[in-house]
Amino acid sequence: MLTYCSQRAVSALLLMLLISLVAFFLIFASGDPAVKIAGEAGTAADADRIREALGFNRPLAVQYLSWLGHLLTGDLGRSIYFNQPVATLIADRVSTTLTLSVSAMLLAVAVALPLGIAAARWQDGLVDKLVLVFAAVGQAMPTFWFALLMIIAFSVNWQILPTSGSETWLHFVMPSLALAYFAMPTMLRLTRAGMIETLEADYIRTSKAMGIPASLILFKYALRNAVVPVVGVSAAQFGSMLAGSIVIESIFALNGVGRLAFESIQRSDLSTVQALVLCFSFVYIVLTFLSDLLNAWIDPRMRSIYGNPA
Amino acid sequence: MKKKLHCLSLVAFLALAPQMALAGKADDTFNVAFTVEPTTMDTYKETTREGYILARLIYDCLIEKDTSTGEFKPSLASSFKVTDDTTLDFVLRTDVKFHDGTLMTADDVVYTLNMVSSREYGARYQIAVDWIERVEKTGENAVRIKMKRPSPLALEMLAGNLPIYPKAYYEKAGPAGMTTKPVGTGPYRLVEVSPGSRYVLERFADYYAGSPKGQPAIKRIVVRVLPETNTQYAELMNGSLDWVWKVSPDDARRLQSRPNLKVQSTEILRYAFIGINPNFQDKKSPFADVRVRQAFNYAVNRPAIIKAFVGGSAQPAYAPCSHLQFGCTYDVDRYEFDVAKAKALLAEAGYPNGFSTELMISSTPKEQAEVIAANLAAVGIKVTLNFQQYAPALTAWREGRIPLLMGNWGSYGVADAGLSISNYFSGTADDQVKDKKVIDLLAKADSSMDRDLRKKDYHEALKIIASQAYLVPLWTFNVNTAFNASLDFKFDADEYARFYTAKWN
Repeated sequence: MLTYCSQRAVSALLLMLLISLVAFFLIFASGDPAVKIAGEAGTAADADRIREALGFNRPLAVQYLSWLGHLLTGDLGRSIYFNQPVATLIADRVSTTLTLSVSAMLLAVAVALPLGIAAARWQDGLVDKLVLVFAAVGQAMPTFWFALLMIIAFSVNWQILPTSGSETWLHFVMPSLALAYFAMPTMLRLTRAGMIETLEADYIRTSKAMGIPASLILFKYALRNAVVPVVGVSAAQFGSMLAGSIVIESIFALNGVGRLAFESIQRSDLSTVQALVLCFSFVYIVLTFLSDLLNAWIDPRMRSIYGNPA
Repeated sequence: MKKKLHCLSLVAFLALAPQMALAGKADDTFNVAFTVEPTTMDTYKETTREGYILARLIYDCLIEKDTSTGEFKPSLASSFKVTDDTTLDFVLRTDVKFHDGTLMTADDVVYTLNMVSSREYGARYQIAVDWIERVEKTGENAVRIKMKRPSPLALEMLAGNLPIYPKAYYEKAGPAGMTTKPVGTGPYRLVEVSPGSRYVLERFADYYAGSPKGQPAIKRIVVRVLPETNTQYAELMNGSLDWVWKVSPDDARRLQSRPNLKVQSTEILRYAFIGINPNFQDKKSPFADVRVRQAFNYAVNRPAIIKAFVGGSAQPAYAPCSHLQFGCTYDVDRYEFDVAKAKALLAEAGYPNGFSTELMISSTPKEQAEVIAANLAAVGIKVTLNFQQYAPALTAWREGRIPLLMGNWGSYGVADAGLSISNYFSGTADDQVKDKKVIDLLAKADSSMDRDLRKKDYHEALKIIASQAYLVPLWTFNVNTAFNASLDFKFDADEYARFYTAKWN
C-alpha cells in the first residue's frame, strides 16, 4: 500500500510539473503578456516598462525556473494584475467554489443514484423511459440556457430567489441546480447500466433463488458492484466542477476560482494562471486517488491491487 | 396532514429567505452592475474604467472639469493659476476632511503627487504623471507643481485623474491597504468590499461644502460585478438593479419596452478606425500609393454600417479623433461613400482589378468588420479578415508586420485631441506612418500652453492626415445605458459615470 501510494505521489508530482510547464508556454504563445497587462490603451512605452519590471525580457526557461524556485519555498507568487499574493486571491474565492460544487455534487448523486436504480429495476418500463428522458434533457440542454430559464422563472417572474452573489444559501440554490443537472445524467446512466448488468449476473440469480429479499439484493449485493464506475466518474466530475464551473460562476456572478482562472488567462496574469493550474491538477490527482480508495472499500476485490507490493 | 406539512415547509422556506435586496428609491440605495471587475482602489495602479469610476466617488482632485462647459474648476484647491509655461500654483481649501476624519493639508498633496510621479512607484499610465517634475509646498496652504516641459494636458490630468491620498494613512496602510481599504476626501466612502464581486459606498457626511461635484443626494451606492449581461437584465427587470451600461443595440431596444426602465444612448469620445501602414513591405505594398488609400476610404459605407450595427447617437468620423475633443475638427478632406470614385482611383494607381490583402481586427464586433470586407470587395479589394486579441494585434502593428489594423481608441476619456491624434501620428511605436511634417506639427501642439496655437497646429496635422488618407476614420461610439425610470442620472461622453450626481426623481 505504502509503495503504491509513494509511486502514485511521484508520478502525480511529475504530471503537475509537466502541466505547469505547458500552461506557462501557452500563455506566452497567446500574445505578449506585457502588452496585455498594459491594457488596450497602454502605449508601447508602457509595455516596455512592464516587460522590464516583471522580467518578461528574460529567456523563457529562466522565467520558468525562477517561478519554480519560488514555488519550492512555498511562494505561489503575486498576481500581476491585482498586485496581490495569488494565495490570497485563491483563498478569497475557494469557499464559494467549494460550496457550489459540493452542493451540486450531493444534489447530483442524490438524484442520479435512486433514479438509476429505479430505471434498472423497472427496465424498459414507464419509470425507465421517464428517467431516461429526464437524463437526456439534462445532457442536451446547455447549462447557461437552463440557468437563464431558472432566472426568468424564479427571479424575474416569482421573485423568490436572488440572481447573483454568494451572501446566503439562497444564492446557491439556482447555481447548484444548474450545475447538478449538468453532472447528473452521466452518473445516472452509469448507475442504470451497471445495475442492469449486475442484476443479470449469476450470483444475483442465485441469491434470488435462495429467497433473499429483493431489496437486500438490490441495495446490498447489486449496487455495490454497479456503483464502482460511478465513483470514478463522479470524482472526475467533481474535479471539473471545482476547476471549470466558469459558465455558472459567470451567470450567477459567483466570484469563484473558475472565473478567476478564466479571466486570468484572458488578462495574461501569468503567476495566477500558473498557481491555479497547479492547484487544479493537484485537486484532480487527489480526487482520483480518493476514488480509487473508495472503490477499494466498496469492492474488496480491488483491494488486492494494493495488497501485494511488488 | 401531509398537505399541511408541505405548506409549513414552504412558509419556512420563505421565512428563512433573507430579504431580497429592495432596489432603488425605497431604501435610497443605488444598485449598479459592472461586467468587468475593478482591480484596485489604489487608483494610480488601476487600468479598468470601472475602477476609475469608483475612484471618482472615493477621491477628489485639486481641480475638476465641468463636463458641460469644459471649464476647469477648483476642487481641493480653492484657486489655481498657470503661473508660467511650466509652473502651476494652487491655494488649497482648509476645510476638507478625509474619510478617516483627518484634515487634508498641503503635505498630503505634495506627498501624493511626488510619490505617484516617481519612476519607482510605477503608475500604470505614465502619460498621466510623467509631466510632473516636482511638487513643493510654497506656504501653509499653497503648493506649486513644476512641469518637466510645457504640458497642455496637465490640467486635464489634474482634473479627475490625479486624486489626492492621505499621507499618514498611506504611509501606514501602504499600497496593499489602499487596494481594499481606500481613504479619500470624496463624496462617498467605501464601507464594504468583497473584491471582484461587491462594493458598498456610503455618502460621506463630512463632505466639504463648495465641491464642484456637489453634495451627493443618494445615501448608498452598491456596485456589483455581474459578468453575464443576461443576469444584469434579469435583475434590472425585477428591480434589484438600477443601472447598467454598455447595453448592445438589440438589447437596448428590448429593455426600452419595459415600463419601469429607461434607455439612454450617449456619444462617447471613443472612435473606430482602420490604421493603414503606408510603409508596409518597404513601401512596396499598394498602400504606399495615396490613391489606393483614398480609394479605401471611399469604399467604406459608414452611414449604412452605423445605422445597422452601431446605432444610437454614433456619428461618422473623418479624422483620428472625436469631434467632442478640444483640438479635433472634421473640417478636412472627407471621403464619403462612392464606389465609382474608389474604382477610378484604384485603376489610376494601377490596380484596375483590385488586389488582395489582410485586415487584422481587434476589439471590434465581427459583423462590422465583415460589412467592411464586403464594401471593399465591391471595389475589387479582397481582404482576409484576421481577428485577434488586442495584445497580438498591437504587437503585429507596432512591428510593422501587417498593412491594416481595425481597432478603436478612447483617449483615456480625456476630451483633448493631444491624446488621440498624437497617439497614432507623433512618431511613437504606434505610428506606422511617420510623416515628418505631421510629427513636427504634433510635437509643437503637444507642448504648447497656448490653446489657439494648439488648435491651429492640430488642424494643420489633421488636414495632412486626411489628404494623405493615412487611415480610414470610421465612426464615434456610443454607450447605451439602461436604468430604473425613477433614477435621474446623466452619463457623460468621457465614460466616467459620475454616480455622485445621481438622484431620485
